[in-house]
Amino acid sequence: MKSPFRPDLAPDATVLDDHKPPIRSLERRGLIRGGLSLGTLVMLTGCDITRPEAVESALLAISRFNDRVQALLFDPNKLAPTYPASMILRPPKFNAYYEVVDVKPVNGATWRLEVSGLVADKRAWTLPDLQALPQTSMVIKHICVEGWSYIGGWTGVPLRLFLERVGADLRAKYVAFKTADNYPSSIDMASALHPQTLLALQYGGEPLANPFGYPMRLRTAVKLGYKNPKWVTAIEVTNKYPGGYWESLGFPWFAGI
Amino acid sequence: MHWVNAVVMLIMITSGWGIYDDDVIIRGFHFSSFWRLGDWAAWSLNWHFAGMWFLAINGLMYLLYGFASGRFREKLLPIRPTEVVQTVIDTLHFKIAHEDITVYNAVQKLLYIIVILAGISQVITGIAIWKPVQFSGLVSLLGGFQSARLLHFAGMAAIVGFLIVHVALALLVPKTLWAIIAGGPHLRPRSGAKEGHAA
Repeated sequence: MKSPFRPDLAPDATVLDDHKPPIRSLERRGLIRGGLSLGTLVMLTGCDITRPEAVESALLAISRFNDRVQALLFDPNKLAPTYPASMILRPPKFNAYYEVVDVKPVNGATWRLEVSGLVADKRAWTLPDLQALPQTSMVIKHICVEGWSYIGGWTGVPLRLFLERVGADLRAKYVAFKTADNYPSSIDMASALHPQTLLALQYGGEPLANPFGYPMRLRTAVKLGYKNPKWVTAIEVTNKYPGGYWESLGFPWFAGI
Repeated sequence: MHWVNAVVMLIMITSGWGIYDDDVIIRGFHFSSFWRLGDWAAWSLNWHFAGMWFLAINGLMYLLYGFASGRFREKLLPIRPTEVVQTVIDTLHFKIAHEDITVYNAVQKLLYIIVILAGISQVITGIAIWKPVQFSGLVSLLGGFQSARLLHFAGMAAIVGFLIVHVALALLVPKTLWAIIAGGPHLRPRSGAKEGHAA
């Protein structure tokens, strides 16, 4: 199966019709090669590449162990390197579990941020409410789990300040996010309180553009890209493991960098 | 230690190829699913992050043993450039002298040192791209995140190159195979060592 990070458009069916004979021969060759590869891999690694349950649960157990190791490695006072504003990539790189043409813009005027869980004040926030809070800017590197990276400039409300403002229990384990594009996500409290974790409202001094999470997204310098949900509509402070979109498909949860 | 390393190296290399394919370094160069461990990136990543512990712990024990026992000094040093040249010339003339498999020739010594260093380098560059913020000093020492990633890829290429030569030559000199599987030949105690301990 190819990576769901980069889905391609389906090929034109007429092309398939034109090329049926060579495609058939390719499949036959593929079958032989696939059979050989299965045999080779099973012998070489003692593992079945179809990912049986036992292997999957062993890998996930190690991944959870790695989450704990990563939490221990995380230094709440360690700042990610920052860069001059001249290095900001414009526009930023788009990435999601769908193509940029499928982005559904959010109306900033009617947008609300719900707050729930272990917080004192569960009042919903509007965009002007957030804009009225003290803002911080940072020029940091975005690192994707795939391997690519770019430098981006983000401005917004430090999540720590927001959590303090709503009277959140800062000893809770998790801060969870819901989004308009149905991309649930969550981070540990220590990372949420890091000074380079923002509820970002601007990119490069301008309001966020639609594909990048307008009106508000999470942007943290201490996590991989997939831990930065866009179009955030709800924040919950909780002790119950909230998981996330890619995490439910097998990616590590902590994903600290 | 060798076989733990062999299995873990294959896991790390093939799962690494799975991760590589998600965002290729060399445009147009992919590893087909034949060569990848993990049916897509998340599982290649999980394999890689599981294998890393076994690679690092086994590798560390190997290094400690190699230094503490004097095996590295005894087997891998000294390397004389003239011997390296002579061995290459001999090999090109198909004179692969390997009567005593417990003694390495100069090229073997050189290659073993290179692959040990490549293994150490993989762990260091791996840590750098795993935790580029927590170890940001290391990353800047390596020339930045993408440069560290490139070095991690190059280290893999060096190890794979070694692996091909290593396996091919082991197959060419059949008597090494039995030693690899069953353990090396019994050596007489070195001069100075006390005899009769086996009694």
